[in-house]
Amino acid sequence: MSGYSPHTPADVDAMLRAIGATSIDDLFAQVPAGLRARATLTLADGLSEPALRQQLEALAARNTGALLPAVFLGAGAYPHWIPAVVDQILQRSEFATAYTPYQPEVSQGTLQAMFEFQTFSALLLGLDVANASMYDGASATAEAVLMARRVLPGRRTVWLSRALHPHYRATVATYVGGLGDLELRELSFAADGRTDLVPLRTAGADALCVVLGYPNVFGVFDDVIGAARLARAAGALTITATAEPLALAYARSPGASGADIAVAEGQSFGLPVSYGGPGVGLFAARETHIRSMPGRIVGETVDTQGRRGYVLTLATREQHIRRERATSNICTNQGLCALAVTVYLSLLGRHGLRRLAEVNAAAAHDVAARLAEAGVVRRFAGPFFNEFVVRSPDAVTRWETLAADGIVVGLPLHRWYPELDDALLVCVTERHRAEDIDRLLETLAPAATRARAVRG
Amino acid sequence: MLLDESLIFERGSAGRAGWMLPAPPNAVELPPELRREDDLVGLPEVSELEVVRHFVRLSQWNYSAATTLYPLGSCTMKYNPVVHEALVRLPGFSALHPLAPDQLAQGALELLAQLEAALEAMSGLDAVCLQPAAGAHGELLGMLVARAHHRERSDARRRRVLIPSSAHGTNAATSTLAGYEVREVPGDHRGLLTVRAVAEVMDDSVAAVMVTNPNTLGLFEEELEAIAALVHERGGLVYMDGANLNAILGIARPGDMGVDIAHFNLHKTFSTPHGGGGPGAGPVAVRASLAGYLPIPRLVRRGGQLAWSEDAPKSIGRLHAFNGNFGVLVRAVAYILRLGGPGLTEATRLAVLNANYIRARLRGSYHLPYDTPSLHECVFSDRDLQEHGVHTVDVAKRLLDYGFYAPTIYFPLVVKGALMIEPTETETKETLDAFVDALLRIAEEARTQPALVRDAPHQTRVTRLDETRAARRPVLRWRPPARESAEIP
Repeated sequence: MSGYSPHTPADVDAMLRAIGATSIDDLFAQVPAGLRARATLTLADGLSEPALRQQLEALAARNTGALLPAVFLGAGAYPHWIPAVVDQILQRSEFATAYTPYQPEVSQGTLQAMFEFQTFSALLLGLDVANASMYDGASATAEAVLMARRVLPGRRTVWLSRALHPHYRATVATYVGGLGDLELRELSFAADGRTDLVPLRTAGADALCVVLGYPNVFGVFDDVIGAARLARAAGALTITATAEPLALAYARSPGASGADIAVAEGQSFGLPVSYGGPGVGLFAARETHIRSMPGRIVGETVDTQGRRGYVLTLATREQHIRRERATSNICTNQGLCALAVTVYLSLLGRHGLRRLAEVNAAAAHDVAARLAEAGVVRRFAGPFFNEFVVRSPDAVTRWETLAADGIVVGLPLHRWYPELDDALLVCVTERHRAEDIDRLLETLAPAATRARAVRG
Repeated sequence: MLLDESLIFERGSAGRAGWMLPAPPNAVELPPELRREDDLVGLPEVSELEVVRHFVRLSQWNYSAATTLYPLGSCTMKYNPVVHEALVRLPGFSALHPLAPDQLAQGALELLAQLEAALEAMSGLDAVCLQPAAGAHGELLGMLVARAHHRERSDARRRRVLIPSSAHGTNAATSTLAGYEVREVPGDHRGLLTVRAVAEVMDDSVAAVMVTNPNTLGLFEEELEAIAALVHERGGLVYMDGANLNAILGIARPGDMGVDIAHFNLHKTFSTPHGGGGPGAGPVAVRASLAGYLPIPRLVRRGGQLAWSEDAPKSIGRLHAFNGNFGVLVRAVAYILRLGGPGLTEATRLAVLNANYIRARLRGSYHLPYDTPSLHECVFSDRDLQEHGVHTVDVAKRLLDYGFYAPTIYFPLVVKGALMIEPTETETKETLDAFVDALLRIAEEARTQPALVRDAPHQTRVTRLDETRAARRPVLRWRPPARESAEIP
């Protein structure tokens, strides 16, 4: 079976005649025979569509963790309701099967949607301009540091908050590792879960940027205003990375808090957690730094008849024009995921998004309060959104056993922070039902449930 | 029917909401300095139906692979099987959290292990990392692996990467990002890289050679094995950009050509939809001696179970928050299973047949700068049209009027005014004939009524757009009418 190829034997004969070849093999004559002899694919024969479905359905069914309702994991990937409209639009072939819009006259749908995506990114992050997307929040953070390096050449020190998501920190380290001219310094976190900014007071002429999670990996809102003040005093830039952008419908925007570059992971806005991808990186900055930005950018213009239209622009920053002097090597980004964010934010809009943020904050704070009532206290007192850390040595020890029993109570943090060996990061969103939350409380604080039952 | 459609921000009415949950019983306030400053002014206030119409209308302004032949060279715009869209949406895949305990994710891990094994078999290399989200992301991974390899051998002299002049821009940009200088190597009169050209510049300062095979002219680099032997002898590594792998699956394997590191573009060769610019996936395969440098986490088998392991002391680290573009990987696995070994090889053979058919029918009417036999794509130029004042861009725009997307234009840079055509295997002979007929008519129009071609397109929603104006006076977003400043003093 030749899959999706439409060729009949008569087609092949006619085409070979036109080419002047006697067989398809002739067309590969320039490939050395030794290579061809070794290249036979050892893979099995192809499957019919029903057999393929059965095979993948069987694999999906073994992901029992996906089918549990009581999963309280966040830490960079957040389960939210996805309105039916979003996925219906994503499945339109006109969007899904288009390429990067190299011919703008027949790509206005993609281009206008990207322009709207840039607007949403800029509005939410509170900055002037945004690009058409990066791979994800982690790589966007790394690209933000590299952008700072272009804006402030010669400066070497990158201050990274230790409360920034560890995978984001690791990605930054990998990206700057090849260049070898930047030094990463860590800012530890204080007792309230916020980044300790005191060492930033010593930042001097060598300081390039400070990078904070907002909220950070403990779910706590860092003091971006304070960090930006100190960074500015040293002539450095402030970068924020937001893994849960729904928090920004509720909290002061990074730009208004003093950030010069703000990035976010957009998965929360209309994309499933999908085992970690595809998500999408949002990337915004101040207008003065626009020519140092990485990635595709869409701009407004007019056609020969004066009608408004959109094109890819400022391409002289990019690899296909500037080659080794480009601002980034990025080419393909996360176009369709950016479309999901655009549809989602259009649909929820100003009021629906704010309401959803309120629902998340209320649900998480309610769970935190009920746990505290039962003696399961928060590890960090800093202000939070829909995620928080509690001390629960027992749940940490029994994490896998509990998971096998059908509840993932959160994420034990000792994998990232050995000193937080009793800490559990718990995420509560609008997806969690009352009975799932009761089960969480029952598991983490059996006493609390009993007390409630007596009261009730 | 192409209806007008304003920006979503220009629609709606104050107070309207498209999708709203009930208010929570308790309100949680943040401290004043942390409260949102602008009450989200500027975000749309529109109904659900307004949103549906907005995006349905926008979609109708797009050409796509499902609409028409999309002959972009080096982009491999083949059919994206519809069944994959159903499979990736199975809750067992889409609702799986990336930090779920491994024991509850065995199906996903098994799928990833199968993909790693399949890519190893196809590349003739020994270990695969699935984390990169696109080809250029994979290139960065690969060049950081090369760097780690040289660093481990305390070989600090190597500061340079050799790149053929026909290479994609990403190769050069990636080399810089990995901390290397770029040195271009010219191809010969046939369009090929030669041992001789590489030998002239190959010395102890070269960390790696980055090649694309077949190259961007669609030509198989037949001296690659000898080039690799030379590079290895002088202590360098060979990186292969797999953008054009659709030309050689089942025909030749990178590992057998002496390649040490190669990336795949799953959104090209393995039919995952391009999405108007992603998401893609750019897995990387390496030789066993380089496997220790691959990013964490690595997929390992412990007893009967699969698990993620971060125990890799030489690893270059991470390039992505989690496990790469998992949803894209699911589609690629589905494609590989559906076609199987024989089907994948047959796809390659028919892709090459289709490209050679177009080349045979067009030669004589368009200038073919390199006459060397080509594989999955062919590159023409506008040389013979210039006397009529018609250029490559005009041909591209006029094709849109005939209902076809344009080829890749002005690339590769080694061909002046290039038109780079890649039809893929999923197109019928009838479609190829219609496409060729359109190009032949355009060549005729260039002679008889050149203004018609120069002013194209005529049938699209907008005519030619002013790209200079967009770059000189950038308007990169919509702005609310009277936005209050919320800067911290």
